[in-house]
Amino acid sequence: MSWHAAPAEAWRALGANRLRTALTMLGMIIGVGAVVLMLAVGQGAQSTVRQAISAMGSALLVISPGSSSAGGLRGGAGTAPPLTLNDAQAMAQLPSLSAVAPVFPNSAQLVYGARNWNTTVYGVTPDYLTVRAWNLDDGQPFTHGDVRRGTRVALVGQQIVANLFGGTDPIGQTLRIKNLPFVVIGVLERKGQTLDGRDQDDAVLIPITAAQTRLFGTTFPGTVRFIIVQARSDAHMEDAEAELTQLLRARRRLADDADNDFTIRNLSAIAETAALSARAMAVMLGAIASVSLLVGGIGIMNIMLVSVTERTREIGIRMAIGARRSDILLQFLLEALLLCVLGGLAGVALGIGGAWLVGELAGMAVVVTGSAIALSFLFAAGVGVFFGFYPARQAALLKPVEALRHE
Amino acid sequence: MATLIQVSGLRKQYPLAGGGATPVLHGIDMTIETGEFVAIMGPSGSGKSTFMNILGCLDTPSAGDYWLNGQAVARLNPDRLAMLRNRQIGFVFQGFNLLPRISIADNVALPLLYAGVGKAARRQRAVELLQQVGLGTRSDARPNQLSGGQQQRVAIARALANRPPLILADEPTGNLDTHTSDEIMALFDRLNSEQGITLILVTHEPDIARCARRLVRFKDGHIVHDGAVNV
Repeated sequence: MSWHAAPAEAWRALGANRLRTALTMLGMIIGVGAVVLMLAVGQGAQSTVRQAISAMGSALLVISPGSSSAGGLRGGAGTAPPLTLNDAQAMAQLPSLSAVAPVFPNSAQLVYGARNWNTTVYGVTPDYLTVRAWNLDDGQPFTHGDVRRGTRVALVGQQIVANLFGGTDPIGQTLRIKNLPFVVIGVLERKGQTLDGRDQDDAVLIPITAAQTRLFGTTFPGTVRFIIVQARSDAHMEDAEAELTQLLRARRRLADDADNDFTIRNLSAIAETAALSARAMAVMLGAIASVSLLVGGIGIMNIMLVSVTERTREIGIRMAIGARRSDILLQFLLEALLLCVLGGLAGVALGIGGAWLVGELAGMAVVVTGSAIALSFLFAAGVGVFFGFYPARQAALLKPVEALRHE
Repeated sequence: MATLIQVSGLRKQYPLAGGGATPVLHGIDMTIETGEFVAIMGPSGSGKSTFMNILGCLDTPSAGDYWLNGQAVARLNPDRLAMLRNRQIGFVFQGFNLLPRISIADNVALPLLYAGVGKAARRQRAVELLQQVGLGTRSDARPNQLSGGQQQRVAIARALANRPPLILADEPTGNLDTHTSDEIMALFDRLNSEQGITLILVTHEPDIARCARRLVRFKDGHIVHDGAVNV
C-alpha cells in the first residue's frame, strides 16, 4: 500500500464507527487535557515564585537583633540590644558587601486632603532601593543628604497612590504622616505580593532619620529594626555571613562562649526552598496527569483489540486480495495513532481552555508553554504507537485462511 | 498451451492437540493449463477446500510442490504469497466477502490499493470493471444496498482488478437462486472464453459443474476422477 493511501484508509475506518471513535478518544482528550492543565498550573506557581524572588532582590541577608538571655531567662526575638545606624555604617566597610540598608518600619496613619489610610512607613536609606531592586515610576529618590538632615520627604507605593491620591499626581503633594507633613518626591514601581502574601505596594518610604527622630521616636538613638545587606554576589554569601558575625560579636562585646544575640537570615536560601517546592509541585502535578494519559492509552489498546477481533474477517478479506502483513500492521497502527493525535489535539484545546478557566475563576497564575503542549502531544502520539502496536501485530499475524473462516 | 498450475505430491495435514496429525490431502498431482475451466466437486471433508486454499496461496502445503505461472510457491514467505494473491489470483467466495462499510467502487479498487496504484487510476479502473459486470451506475452504493447476485458481480469485478490469469471461485452460486446463478455462470463463461482467464470453481451442484470443461472429483484426500464433465 502506498504511504499516502494508508492514512486515508485509517481515517475511513475511524469514520465508520464514529461513536466508538469519539468514546475512545475521550480518554486521550482528558489525559492530554489534564497534562496541559497541570503543567500550566505548575508553571504558573513556579513563575509566581520566580517573580516574588526577583522582586525581593538577590544575594540578600537580613540581620535582626536576637533574644537576650540573662540568668537562664530567655526573652523573645528582638529583646537583645537593638541594631543601630552605627552598626550599619560599620557593616558598610565589610569587603564582601555591596550595599547595606538599615530599616526602621512602623505603622502610621496617613492623611491627604479628606482621605486617610493606615499603612507601614519604612524609614530607610537610599541603599534600600538598591537591595530591593526597586525603581521609581516617577520623581526622584531621596539622597544620603536627606538621610543626614532628616528631611521630611516620602516615596509612595502604588497602593498608596490609588488609595489616597485618586486621580491627582502625587509628586509635590504634601502627605501628612501622623500629622507631620511630608512632601512626596517619588512614586515606586509596582512590586506585587511577597511569597507570604503581603502587598509590597502598600508602603511609604521616608529617610530613616526622619522616622527615628520625628515620627516614631526610639528608645536608643539610631535604633533600626533590621538591616538588609546585599553581598557582592551569590558566591560571597558565606564570606558575608562570617564577616557580619565577627563584626557584630565584636561590636556587641559578646564573650567567646556566648551565643549570638542577633540573627542573620539568608533570604536567597528561603527563596530557593520556595522555588524548589514549586518545581516539585509542578513535577508531581505532571506525573499525576500522566497517569490519566496512560489510562487513556490502555483504553485505546483495549478498543483496538476488540476492533481487531471484530474485524478479523475484514482482515482475512484484505489479506486474500493482497494485503501484506505490514499493510495490516500499518493500518491498525495508524488507526491507533490517529485516535491519539486527534484526541491529543482536542486535549490540548481542552487543557488551554481549562487553564484559562482556572486562571479566571481561581485567580491563579497559569502559564501554558509551547514546550508543555509539544511534550504532552508527543507523549500522546507515543502512547498511541506503544499501545497500538500490540493489537496491530495481533491483526498482522492472523493466518489468511483462519481469518477468512472467522464469522 | 502454457501450464499455469502444476502440483506434485501435494500433502497437507493438520496437527492434533494430543500429538499426531490428521492427513487431509494425500499427495495430489495435477496440471492445469492456461485458459482451462475446471470444476472441483466432492463431499465435505474430501479435502477440496484445503486444496483450493493452497492453490489460492492462502495456505501452505505440508509437503509437495506447487508451481504457479512458473514460480515455485510452496515455501514462499507470507509477503511473497500476499503479492501472488494480489497479482496472479482473483477470489470469488460463496459469501461475497465485500467490506460492508465502503462503497462497491472502493471494494473493487482494494486490490489496486495494495498494488500501489494511485487514487485516480484506482477509481477509473473500478468504474470500468463495474461497467463490465453491469453495475456501472451503482458505483457509490454500499454492498448491503445490492442484491446477492449484484454483490457477487462486485466480487467478480474485484477479482479482476489486477488482471490476474487465474480466478478461484468457492461455491460462487451457493447463496443465489437458480436464475441469478445462471447469470453469474454466464459471466464466468464469458471471462473464460473471451478473456482467456483460467477458472477453477468448487461446487456441489451438478448444473453448475456442467458449465466447466473439466471435472475433478475429490474423495478422502485423493483425486478420484479427473477428465470429462460427466454429471
